Amino acid sequence: MNFIPHTQGDIKQMLETIGVKSIAGLFNIPAELRPNSFDIAPGKSEFEVTEILRKLSLKNATGLVNFVGAGFYDHFIPAAVDSITSRSEFYTAYTPYQPECSQGWLQAIYEYQSIICQLTGLDVSNASLYDGGTAIFEAMMMAIRQTGRHKIIVDSGVNLIYRTMLYTYTLNLAIEFVEIPVIHGQSSREALFKHLDDKTAAVIFQNPNFFGAIDDYSDAVKEVHKSGALAIASVYPVSLGMLKTPAEMGFDIATGEGQSLGIPLSFGGPYLGFLAVKNELVRQMPGRIVGATVDSDGKRGFVLTLQTREQHIRRQRATSNICSNQALCALRAAVFVSLLGRNGFRLLAEQNYQRAEFVKEQLSKIGAVEVKRSSPTFNEFTVLLSKNADEVVRLLIEKGFAAGFPLGRFYKGMDNYLLIAVTEKRTEEEILSFTDCLKKVL
Amino acid sequence: MNIPGNLLYTKDHEWARIEGKIAYIGITEYAQHSLGDITFVELPKSGQELKQSSYCATVESVKAASEVFVPLSGKVISVNSQLSKNPELINQSPYDQGYFFTMEFSNAAEKNNLMDAKAYETYLESISK
Repeated sequence: MNFIPHTQGDIKQMLETIGVKSIAGLFNIPAELRPNSFDIAPGKSEFEVTEILRKLSLKNATGLVNFVGAGFYDHFIPAAVDSITSRSEFYTAYTPYQPECSQGWLQAIYEYQSIICQLTGLDVSNASLYDGGTAIFEAMMMAIRQTGRHKIIVDSGVNLIYRTMLYTYTLNLAIEFVEIPVIHGQSSREALFKHLDDKTAAVIFQNPNFFGAIDDYSDAVKEVHKSGALAIASVYPVSLGMLKTPAEMGFDIATGEGQSLGIPLSFGGPYLGFLAVKNELVRQMPGRIVGATVDSDGKRGFVLTLQTREQHIRRQRATSNICSNQALCALRAAVFVSLLGRNGFRLLAEQNYQRAEFVKEQLSKIGAVEVKRSSPTFNEFTVLLSKNADEVVRLLIEKGFAAGFPLGRFYKGMDNYLLIAVTEKRTEEEILSFTDCLKKVL
Repeated sequence: MNIPGNLLYTKDHEWARIEGKIAYIGITEYAQHSLGDITFVELPKSGQELKQSSYCATVESVKAASEVFVPLSGKVISVNSQLSKNPELINQSPYDQGYFFTMEFSNAAEKNNLMDAKAYETYLESISK
């Protein structure tokens, strides 16, 4: 598609028509929130501007050896992911708008959905959502519509970013939230059972939780179902290469952040939200769904299906206002998982687990570090340091390491706790050098 | 077109069958025929209070998703659970096995706002011209 910019004449005419003096006059952004980093003197050539920006970009700490996770993980992305997804037939962020004319795209989304179903064990996946947080929100709203109830129990081991999103999105809705505590890494069953009642629409867990702890929620899910509520799990997809799936634990809805499936870490996005549900919830599921069918000649083809849930048909009674998907990121995820295959994906999970266990072992040798072992973990775990974790992180940046996520930023009274993630990318050499440097700064 | 004499009708092609204090609610032969093959129906919840002519259900067919409006005010007593597995009952038996739900109606005078079979037949003739 050609890019046809507006001419100065067009802009002037449009502004005059609506009675606004300048483009700036269209926006009401307080001065302190306006960008102030574009202070490049006028009259510079393209080359000069490129140089200024290149130098500016060098200030980004991109070369650090990364032990930060906290919901977003530094996994290796095979070059084939970029190469396939950047093909011009595919390269768009949008879901196709004449979908049935784009059979290739629909098939790619169909494959993505199949992959999400296989990973989570659930029956139906949609074509994807914006990110892990939106996915939890949509799952919660599904539960509210399905049950007609308005109380939500959230485990405090769910990423604070997501919990904050839930509260912000529902600011003007009459929804009652109850947070249950994490005790020794595990979601408190006692608190859950105390709050679970016939007003509860859903209970939301995260596995592994924000502290890295893995749990089998089967027992909790059973009780949730007895109360007539739905059980929602936010999961880290790579961990599903070796952990029990949400379906095996009885969850009704699984959501998660798909960034770890072939999408680079980049200042918070664009990322990928996935959502999979049991069959009986499919009419409450937001967003697009691609289905496989046969055409009038009996040949296999793909269509958007169950569109009567969506806005363009059902108007104000639509299931959700989501009418697109995160197509390009979903494609990356589909390509990434397909390249690894079933065995490769399991191996990836195992390597993450084993390397994290290796780091735990090394850290246990340091007197000033206490590795928290009350729960099994996947590739991320909590340590208690003899010093403030923020300070330790700052000191280690100077030595070339992003040491982890200081838990005091999200949880009160945890200033000396550090959350450390270890992916398949961390070599033995990096790990030994990291533990050595950590020992020195404590 | 089958228009049973013992039912009351709305202009939106819903029917009500009064049995004492209870009314059975459904959509007419004309409605199911216009919609085509029905694939899904979303029903109200038991105990839900409804006002005459307000939204009470959604019918999805291969052609469209249509809203259903309740002929009388009152409280939903029970919904036809057969419809979730066999929505085609609405096509096959719109006045009997394909009913949507039963309700306890709260204002008998509202029946005056509905048409009898004869009036509905005349109404159908007028809209099909």
